[in-house]
Amino acid sequence: MTPSTTPAIELIGIDKRFGPVHANKDVTLTIRQGSIHGIIGENGAGKSTLMSILFGFYQADKGEIRVKGQPLKIRSSSDAIAHGIGMVHQHFMLVDTFTVLENVVLGAEGGALIGPALAKARETLTHLSQDYEMDVDPDAIVGELPVGLQQRVEILKALFKGAETLILDEPTGVLTPDEADHLFRILGQLRDQGKTVILITHKLREIMAITDHVTVMRRGELVATFETKKTNVEELAEAMVGRRVLLHVDKSPAKPGVVVLDVKNVTWKDKKGIARVDNVSFNVRAGEIVGIAGVSGNGQSELLDVIAGITRPASGEIIFEGKSIGQLADPRHLREEGLAHVPEDRQHRGLISSFDASESGILGWHYDESLGHGFRLDRDKVVARCTKEMAEFDVRPGNPLLKSSKFSGGNQQKIILAREIARDPDLLIVGQPTRGVEANERELGLRMAGVMREAA
Amino acid sequence: MLELFLGAETLSSTIRLSVPLILACLAGLWSERSGIVDIGLEGKMLIAAFAAASTAAFYNNALLALFVAILVSVGFALVHGYAAINQRGNQVVSGVAINMLAAGLAVVLGNEWFKEGGRTPALSSEARFMPIDLPGLSELYNVPVLGVVARIISGHSLLTYLTIALVPLTAWALARTRFGLRLRAVGENPHAVDTAGISVARLRYQAVLIAGVLCGIAGTYISTSLSASFVRDMTAGRGFMALAALIFANWRAWPALWACLLFGYLQAMGTRLQGVKFAGVEIPVQFINMLPYVMTVVLLAGFIGKSIPPKASGIPYTKDR
Repeated sequence: MTPSTTPAIELIGIDKRFGPVHANKDVTLTIRQGSIHGIIGENGAGKSTLMSILFGFYQADKGEIRVKGQPLKIRSSSDAIAHGIGMVHQHFMLVDTFTVLENVVLGAEGGALIGPALAKARETLTHLSQDYEMDVDPDAIVGELPVGLQQRVEILKALFKGAETLILDEPTGVLTPDEADHLFRILGQLRDQGKTVILITHKLREIMAITDHVTVMRRGELVATFETKKTNVEELAEAMVGRRVLLHVDKSPAKPGVVVLDVKNVTWKDKKGIARVDNVSFNVRAGEIVGIAGVSGNGQSELLDVIAGITRPASGEIIFEGKSIGQLADPRHLREEGLAHVPEDRQHRGLISSFDASESGILGWHYDESLGHGFRLDRDKVVARCTKEMAEFDVRPGNPLLKSSKFSGGNQQKIILAREIARDPDLLIVGQPTRGVEANERELGLRMAGVMREAA
Repeated sequence: MLELFLGAETLSSTIRLSVPLILACLAGLWSERSGIVDIGLEGKMLIAAFAAASTAAFYNNALLALFVAILVSVGFALVHGYAAINQRGNQVVSGVAINMLAAGLAVVLGNEWFKEGGRTPALSSEARFMPIDLPGLSELYNVPVLGVVARIISGHSLLTYLTIALVPLTAWALARTRFGLRLRAVGENPHAVDTAGISVARLRYQAVLIAGVLCGIAGTYISTSLSASFVRDMTAGRGFMALAALIFANWRAWPALWACLLFGYLQAMGTRLQGVKFAGVEIPVQFINMLPYVMTVVLLAGFIGKSIPPKASGIPYTKDR
């Protein structure tokens, strides 16, 4: 199909503030009909806000939206839907207890009784699933479907409501690589049928793989729009971050010293008695970085838990600085002995989301005498300590009283790293340090690890 | 013995006592399926009972009493709606406040208007919803078996028949109508409703209004049909028993009917077992009155499987996630 010359969507001078946060600064963007248009940027770059404005979830303070050349006021999601805009949200907007059909017709029932709409939806679903290889059982309960299929239901929902332009917000975050490839095939077919797709992501690979055009956003501003074929990963990464990104860390050769950690024939079994860590042995010397690699679910997490003293091995021995961990056993003692742990699951184990940063910053060291006496905790000292750590580790925003959950993934990681490194540990265990962390923050984390090695 | 447990009189009384429970339970069902927890069923019924009895005492008109009671109950429901929907307040706290307000207000106003220590004057039969004999059934009263059935189902007030009709209506509306679909959706995931372009607040207000109307009918029934005047605290925990029945029924209309009938039956037995001796021992009436509550706890503790409330119930809706 030849793309028509009228753009599917035009956003002109969109401006939006949330209190002090300037989420979108005078953004002007044209999206061609029948194309896949990527919008890329780091978390907080304003991509989602921009799309939420297009979908009527928020109102822009200034600016104009044109759909197929028509200037429109989009006051609510129903306005957006009425003009052929559909959105697949990052967190699915599905009713788990409903069937696929019920979810699809919600909001497009067509009359006071839902019987006819359900019948129509069943028919439409059959067509759509043939056209786009989107097989879903219409009578399945949505909550029981795997995430890949739930996402398909979201797409079907939008198409049933007559979406011509489909916005997908970080669609692959929850998908396996196979599921993601399948999604891309579906999106490709949608484009071939003349639909317009807007893909919001922070993954460069996806942009390169399926988009026709890509717009880069940074701190609420539109940086540039490229034709995907004529750009490359380096150029996009640079536009996202605003400077050259080190995809390689400059590091000097390691000078390993004495053995700090000696893991001997460690086996750990889960509740069902299955060995998740089976007879593992290795050692770590002072001044070296040892990576433990593997596809997730192969026992790395369990191994880290055993080393950190959170769980005990079924057999085998772990020797830390000449002492068997069996005698030290619990994480508090290990930490006091100089074994620091940055857990894999930052949100649940690394910090407490509802605590402010200064409180999360002393977890595990709350009893430290420098923070108060006896059972008394000196708030001022806690805050002062956090302020100092935040400055050292360049945590943004550098506000120790902000809730832990308000920081980006990378900054949360820095708060935890700061807490663990501040006590000058001899061994630092870090699980999945870059999960959910932005490119430029990732780079910083890696450099940090390098510094640690030098110091050890 | 069979007569005592399953006779026409016991079962007829079961129906009479179940009516306010069924109404309150359906009120709770509509409210909670939309995501608004309603602890204030008790208070709304109580203030409606008072409003109905007062109006009936002043104007001697049962239908007017029903109308005023519904208005008052809806007024209270709107207060709860405003607190829960607009102000995103804690729904339990708001419900408790409504219960306390209703209990106090009814007595104060009653005392001011009628000077009988919070009671309202006894109502004449025009001012009440009186039993009506269903046409054709009274001839059957003396026929064996059928007569018992006829005596159980005939001779109730208009409100009772209305209540029984509301059960299938509720079940049907929830399952088959657009309003029902949206209401169920908003109680499970209001974000899904919002992004589908439907107003969450509007739906929830509609649900709260329905709950208000149903509690209004329940209150009217209690003071103008089940009794003939308002007495302080006369709802006697029925609102809470209805909530228990709602949990018991897993937030579904038909099971709610059975649960309320069961509770109504236990209440009816409580009255009828007074002074009755089993093997020479008199059962204290308190034990019988306790049964609905004990049943709820025991049954919920594992006999009926898991009871799953609407996922979003009690959680104020905000756009941010």
